[in-house]
Amino acid sequence: MISDFPPAALLIIGALLVPFLKGNARNWYVILLPAVAFYLISQLQVGSSWQVHFFGFDLTFLRVDKLSKVFGYIFTLNAVAAFVYAFYLKDSTQHMAALFYIGSSLGVVFSGDLVSLYFFWEVMAVASTFLILARKTKKAQAAGMRYIMVHIFGGLCLLAGMVIYITQTGSIAFHAMTDRNLGTYLILIGILVNAAAPPLHAWLPDAYPEATVTGGVILSAYTTKTAVYTLVRGFPGWEILIVVGCIMTTYGIIYALLENDMRRILAYSIINQVGFMVCGVGIGTMMSLNGTVAHAFCHIIYKALLWMSAGSVLYMVGKSKCTDLGGLYKTMPLTLIFGGIGALSISSFPATSGFTSKSLIIDGAVHEHLMWAWLVLEIASAGVFLHAGIKFPYFVFFAKDKGLRPGETNKPMLIAMAFMSFLCIFLGLYPQPLYNVLPYEVHYQAYTFNHVIAQLQLLMLSALVFFLFLKLLKRTETISIDTDWFYRKGGRLFYYIVDKGLNGINRLSDRVFVGGLAGALGRVSRRGPEILALGTLIPLWSVTGMTAEKLRDKKAKARAALATGSSPAGITAALATIFLVVVFLLS
Amino acid sequence: MKQEKEFDWFDRPESIRKLWVMLYVVCGLLVVPDFFTHRHAYFGFDGLLGFYALLGFVSCAVLILFSKLVGLVLKAKEDYYDK
Repeated sequence: MISDFPPAALLIIGALLVPFLKGNARNWYVILLPAVAFYLISQLQVGSSWQVHFFGFDLTFLRVDKLSKVFGYIFTLNAVAAFVYAFYLKDSTQHMAALFYIGSSLGVVFSGDLVSLYFFWEVMAVASTFLILARKTKKAQAAGMRYIMVHIFGGLCLLAGMVIYITQTGSIAFHAMTDRNLGTYLILIGILVNAAAPPLHAWLPDAYPEATVTGGVILSAYTTKTAVYTLVRGFPGWEILIVVGCIMTTYGIIYALLENDMRRILAYSIINQVGFMVCGVGIGTMMSLNGTVAHAFCHIIYKALLWMSAGSVLYMVGKSKCTDLGGLYKTMPLTLIFGGIGALSISSFPATSGFTSKSLIIDGAVHEHLMWAWLVLEIASAGVFLHAGIKFPYFVFFAKDKGLRPGETNKPMLIAMAFMSFLCIFLGLYPQPLYNVLPYEVHYQAYTFNHVIAQLQLLMLSALVFFLFLKLLKRTETISIDTDWFYRKGGRLFYYIVDKGLNGINRLSDRVFVGGLAGALGRVSRRGPEILALGTLIPLWSVTGMTAEKLRDKKAKARAALATGSSPAGITAALATIFLVVVFLLS
Repeated sequence: MKQEKEFDWFDRPESIRKLWVMLYVVCGLLVVPDFFTHRHAYFGFDGLLGFYALLGFVSCAVLILFSKLVGLVLKAKEDYYDK
């Protein structure tokens, strides 16, 4: 039945047709696919499922409840906007990779068991790597390789945890995990790799900024948010996540303040934002879980919008470092306005979507009397305005005019950004449609006078600090060392030690066995026929009474013939004959 | 169409001065309601006058100074990983 069709299958099977389409037909096709998937998801009945029996497991490819549906909505909605944005793109590989990636992310949120979840999880990792490699620069290739290696590590943790979990419980069903043991902790670590929780986060700011213009937009949404979904489903109320979330929020800010590359600033702000969501999962009340889901929903929109505006700048100017950018408000005013709306939304400015979603998480902490968590989240909220709300637009569009006059970007990009900007403001002013699709019932009013004033105080004073401390924030042409150091530089150190240590033994055995023994054997087998042949022929020639001069000439000829394999009868045949003659004479 | 003068309002020193004044005025005005309304305090100290303004100011200042400090160690040349 059409109403029970897994939306993941639509995108994944649909991706296979992309290479057969050309030009605008292909562009429209990739926009239409997620739009149809969005419709399909809206038609899915809560409670329905779609199971397949496979190797003794009942795999549930479709489990429909409010939680999976809300993630399905935003994943497909964002995909539509991203493909509109990518209308200029003539690369079917990227489109296919994106559809596989988005399709498998739908697979994750709709799968009802751990085995199919793991399958889609891995497809996501592989497909997303192509969005990084597609940039076709040396840096992108290296970052893409590191990206996939980290995700293979995360996948292995997840797999090991699942094996233990399934063995213990005897069931592959994926529900909230209550037992805290090695199995569930390994699963948690595997998920936290994808959620980009420090110290397992460095793949994100390492790889995303190296992706293509549209790749960055698409990547920003799915990997971290499927991880958030999995945490909401599997780990609600795990207190450790409050700590992890609080660390993520501040960690992202500190690094975003250090960064010079605009897309790397946005990458670190993903970690900061996902921190709020992870914290909400850790608090684990209905209100905070609603907050996490609502925030993931709104975050996908404004973060994609921010990546779109940064992508437009990169697309038009070809530069992404703050030190190279500035003064673009003169020639890219629309990109600035749309990017600015994204920047305000991420900062939870009243009248934008961040305000109506993040407040749920923070109030969730207040209701549970978690003073420290609440304080960190408020501080981090102020810090968001600092690094993403002001720093990004200020250094890219204002600051010092670098004489760049690129002009506005292309129409499809502007349309996509306008659409996302609309959603940011719409959900900021009228969040009820979003509240209606959240997993639990919502009775919440974000707009009280005190709340708005408090939020504005926090944000405007943060803005004041930014401009007062502007000298300290001056951009430098640097990168910031993060935990990827351990596998980028530390890896080399490891390599050096192993090279000098183990390879020393290798070299020794190489000298003894390959250089010495094998060489000697080689010489014997190479020169063997020559020694044998000449050893037999010379006495024969001498017997026939050849002169010394002629004998020398004959010897040289025989050697050359043997070396090139051009002796009249072939070396082996000649040797065999000689051997037979010798045997005959001796017998 | 003749080349019009570029819109450069944000580059002019007098505009920047205006923006500074605006920023200070807005920050000041936002604290005014705290004198008249009572905000419910969940943890005691969060009901203080101008609490959120103070929190915003202090936490951002600390964040910037702290990042500046760790930047001394963590910032590296762009070709650091290529060497």
